Amino acid sequence: MSPAVRFTNVSRRFGAVRAVDGVSLDIAPGEFFAMLGPSGSGKTTCLRLIAGFEQPDDGHIDIFGETVDGVPPYKRNVNTVFQDYALFPHLTVGENVAYGLMIKGVDRSEREKQAKDALAMVKLAGYEQRRTAQLSGGQRQRVALARALVNGPKVLLLDEPLGALDLKLREQMQDELKTLQRDLGITFVFVTHDQGEALSMADRVAIFNDGKIVQIGSPSDVYERPTSRFVADFVGSSNVLPPQFATSHGGAHWWTSLRPEKISVAGPATLVPAVHAHADGEIKSVSYKGSVTRLTVATDELRLIAESPIGAAKFKQGDRVRLIWPKSAMIAMEGDA
Amino acid sequence: MSLSAASPQTIVPSVGQRSGIVEAISDLFFARPKFLTLVLLLPPLLWIGIVYVGSLFALLLQSFYSLDDFSGVIIHEVTLSTYAQLLEDANIQIIVRTVLMSAVVTVACAIIAFPIAYYAARYARGWTKALFYLAVMMPLWSSYLVKVYAWKLILAKEGIVTWLAAKLHVSWVIDGLLAVPIIGGPSLSFSYIGTFLVFVYIWIPYMILPIQAALERVPTNYIEASADLGASSRQTFWTVIFPLALPGIIAGSIFTFSLTLGDYIIPQIVGNSRLFIGQAVYTLQGTAGNIPLAAAFTVVPMAIMGVYLWMAKRMGAFDVL
Repeated sequence: MSPAVRFTNVSRRFGAVRAVDGVSLDIAPGEFFAMLGPSGSGKTTCLRLIAGFEQPDDGHIDIFGETVDGVPPYKRNVNTVFQDYALFPHLTVGENVAYGLMIKGVDRSEREKQAKDALAMVKLAGYEQRRTAQLSGGQRQRVALARALVNGPKVLLLDEPLGALDLKLREQMQDELKTLQRDLGITFVFVTHDQGEALSMADRVAIFNDGKIVQIGSPSDVYERPTSRFVADFVGSSNVLPPQFATSHGGAHWWTSLRPEKISVAGPATLVPAVHAHADGEIKSVSYKGSVTRLTVATDELRLIAESPIGAAKFKQGDRVRLIWPKSAMIAMEGDA
Repeated sequence: MSLSAASPQTIVPSVGQRSGIVEAISDLFFARPKFLTLVLLLPPLLWIGIVYVGSLFALLLQSFYSLDDFSGVIIHEVTLSTYAQLLEDANIQIIVRTVLMSAVVTVACAIIAFPIAYYAARYARGWTKALFYLAVMMPLWSSYLVKVYAWKLILAKEGIVTWLAAKLHVSWVIDGLLAVPIIGGPSLSFSYIGTFLVFVYIWIPYMILPIQAALERVPTNYIEASADLGASSRQTFWTVIFPLALPGIIAGSIFTFSLTLGDYIIPQIVGNSRLFIGQAVYTLQGTAGNIPLAAAFTVVPMAIMGVYLWMAKRMGAFDVL
């Protein structure tokens, strides 16, 4: 079966800027795929290339095995949930949702019925007659979702779909989007700069930097085994150990990632178990995060960040401590050695 | 007295301790924001209330008086006889002529203005945008009378239009147009066609600018969303762009329609000397001295505009505002 979306060596330039630079990528049918990266990394341009709002300067894009080179957005079987939703202010909620069906020439009673069903699916039954200006941010998001899904797209594109919502609502929508995607079986491609969102929702994540994909894999892959300093730093926070430090602590001679939660904090003279590495240092800052406490510790060579669920609370700034971590927690990263 | 006891008073002085009339007034305004609003609004309210609405009311009142035909004296008694006079055939003709001309001028302005405004809002950037504003606004900076007289010469029988048509061997087009009954005449500058052309030229900036402003407010992502949902450019235009530009078109049409309704100079200089409402008012209050009928004539455009706005509102033209 051909992939839902295939990028073959796609580039898109804006003047001298290479917004997307030689990206190749396969998205499987029915996959929940995240494009993650800082702003200006090219992830949104990739989404716009799939939607058809941009055309590639080089390379090819296929959607379900058919080339979309030169195909305008209105002839593509994909729909987009826009970042600020782009609901039409002169239409009611119901008319907004039925817009795509109206354009296709579906007759009024049929499209009203389908719009009603789509609104019920996003838990906004009975909102047909409202004006979009009367809706809250979360409700607008749902209308935008219904407006896209009612057309039965093969691929649904979501551009920072949860960016404008507050934290509580965002967590709730994450679950709902995930459930919706599973129930409908549609390929979802969503763009975000929030690594937590990408890790918790997606089946697979592509991490973008400077117009290129720097790593692609399952959320646990990219979190547990980052292949570059950029990914280690961008996905979660990580201690990036220089090659000399890694070697002297039982690792390989590579730039190495060490997650803060893998490091346990102990008193200065604590015995180090076998297959563990350690470093001694002084606590420079303590920051309480609720579920964890984050400590910044200055060792002789560099500063390390440790996150400790319990116990760390008893240490305070200025204390001498011993940091202990399993050697297996040091992930050698290729590429930047 | 200890320092700690004294400090609250020295650090936070109460209102009563402040001195000077300016401080007192500003404290009063702070405490009573509605009073401040009233003070700020009073001059414009007085201006609108007395000078504007007051004189309008006086005008309305005049229309309910009547003129004694024999003595030429205004009888200050409330009567509807002036309005009955307004409904006589000759006066109705003036009203119908003016309303038709205003409607045709407005439609023509909208049709010509829309593409210009659309280009300016969606495509013009940097210096082309500056050039657009200059081109639209510059005619407004020169005298209205000069422009109208210039058009009289342009459209005259010996004018450049006739000359150019002869050179291009298309004189028959102009002759054909002028041969059409009612709108034709001896020359362009002595026909309704001429009056119409000058009206359109003079008022078109008032149509372009509101449409352009309305189109500027249509974000690109509405157009992308529409394309994303399957609409071709033509469908997007009629289902998204045009409805959102409609308030601008209505605003522009209010300008062009009411300006044409009330104008008395253009039809006097360019045209076939049949009266428009503005000219009727001018003649009645001047040489004829029939202030009541002039006032009754003035009520007509106001009533028409009232009905027009009410209809536009009913059609939902202002819903997006």
